[in-house]
Amino acid sequence: MSTAVSPSPTPAPSPAAARPTTQRRRSRDWVHALLMTAPALAGLIAFVAVPFGYAVVLSLHKARLGSDRPPAFVGLEQYRRILTDPDLSGRFLHALLNNLTFALAVVPLQTGLALALAVLLNRKLRAIGLFRAVFFLPVVFPMALVAVIWRLILARSDQGILNSLLHQLSFGHWGSFDWLGSPLTAMASVVVLSVWQGVGFQMVILLAGLQAIPDERYEAAQLDRASRWQQFRHVTLPGIRTTLIFVALLTSVLSFRVFDQVYILVRGGGLNENATRTVMYEAVTTAFDQNNIGRASAITVVFFLIVLVLTLVQRRVARGDDA
Amino acid sequence: MNRTIRRIADHTVLGLLALVFALPVLYLVIGSLKPSDQVLAGLSGFLPTNLSLHNYAAVLHSLSSDSTGHFWRFMGVSLLVAATVVAGGLVVNSMAAYALSRLEWGGRKLLFTLVLLLMLIPFESVAVPLFYLFDTQRNTVWIQAAPFIANAFSVYQFHTFFQAIPVSIEEAARIDGAGPWRILFRIIYPMSKPAFASVAILTFLTQWGSFLWPVLMVDDPSVRPLPLEISVFQGQQPPDWGQILAFGVLLVLPVVVVFAFFQRWFVQGVAGSAVKE
Repeated sequence: MSTAVSPSPTPAPSPAAARPTTQRRRSRDWVHALLMTAPALAGLIAFVAVPFGYAVVLSLHKARLGSDRPPAFVGLEQYRRILTDPDLSGRFLHALLNNLTFALAVVPLQTGLALALAVLLNRKLRAIGLFRAVFFLPVVFPMALVAVIWRLILARSDQGILNSLLHQLSFGHWGSFDWLGSPLTAMASVVVLSVWQGVGFQMVILLAGLQAIPDERYEAAQLDRASRWQQFRHVTLPGIRTTLIFVALLTSVLSFRVFDQVYILVRGGGLNENATRTVMYEAVTTAFDQNNIGRASAITVVFFLIVLVLTLVQRRVARGDDA
Repeated sequence: MNRTIRRIADHTVLGLLALVFALPVLYLVIGSLKPSDQVLAGLSGFLPTNLSLHNYAAVLHSLSSDSTGHFWRFMGVSLLVAATVVAGGLVVNSMAAYALSRLEWGGRKLLFTLVLLLMLIPFESVAVPLFYLFDTQRNTVWIQAAPFIANAFSVYQFHTFFQAIPVSIEEAARIDGAGPWRILFRIIYPMSKPAFASVAILTFLTQWGSFLWPVLMVDDPSVRPLPLEISVFQGQQPPDWGQILAFGVLLVLPVVVVFAFFQRWFVQGVAGSAVKE
């Protein structure tokens, strides 16, 4: 269907006409190019650009789902409320703080563990492929399933896996503990299951970075009788510095988007809501349970600004060091 | 001597870590094969005793009415949505990437900048307005797939790949009179199988676990995808753990199969997605 358009119908009458032919071709390229980009562009405009602009507009309005009243303009009122209103800001700022706690725990833990795994796997060991597969496997697990599995591991009864393990290890002194429900351990639980699910992803990226370090550098270090730790410190770390920073920043962006596991475990697993609600959790419950689209949009916009700053920092780092 | 000790030490450390990582998966698989009352039973939950496929049969049996939803419908919806997003996405995004990377035309730079800017917007920050805009389309299958077909990041991935293809090949074809569509289908696509593989796998992986959008848009069991259903299933009182875990295995099985067969592309897709950005 497409090839019928392309052959040029008029034969060039003289050598001088060669240039006009390419120009004609170029100008026809314009039509083809537009046809090729149109579907993707239409999708991106309809489902990303317009809704994003609409989020900003809605955040300046009082809008409710299922209400007959049209959205009423309220200026920055929604932002004022979520950020300073004594009744509402507590909830939102708490969610922000939870997000920050989550990121501060997950980023170093996950990056550090991923680095350790990558270093251990970057050798010629037997069955290395199997090990790699085991660490990577949880990455393909949908978060909804991960939440269910860990709900059983962390179950509050003495039959929960972790409680039962601690009971054995303490010769019967450990009874039971509500890991998900206790405000002290709720966030830690979410951190652990998230790291378990996600660390393989970072490991794979770091492994690719490690494999790019030339062997000669290690050989030179060995000639200088550098210990294993010295090799790690002076060859490995400088060699993957850029990748490492990149992975840490990527993880921080991803960690701000956390939602699935918190939502599922709060709804069905007895997870302590107050200790683990995140910004996205706030946005969804505000929009969905309270039908408050205006306020949910304002939360969404604040969320976007945070992720934007993190992403821009990440890009700058990635670009600046590669050059 | 020293080396042998190190080797053993390395294997031990790796083995222990791998065991810790594999235990939840092992627990899932064993639990799915055990009678429900023996799943949440302390460390004996790991013991492979009284194994049977009973839970799998029970999932298919208990999820087979219009009020609970039918298991094969959940699976069908998930497969249909994922297939639409992957297949549609490959076509639409690769075409756009070709026009933006190789054709000479006026809008090219501007539109590519637009794509780069749209890449900055995570789905989470448009979910609420989309939910409001498409309120009338709740509980349909198409709205579960539509927002994810056109994908700025996929366009970017294809763009990067196409730019690495030597222009000379294309110019030779042009001199022979081939138009842009023919070049795209006959020359560029056949050379881009690795790009298609890694974009497809990454898209499938993300889509299969998709949860936020279904939570907002779906409550009717007849169009519920698998991840949403497992969250409903596990919330029932009292929970039937054997069946829930069997459901979980069935939920993750398609991705594990894809993972097993295409592990190389998987890893490249994941690593490339991040390193190239």
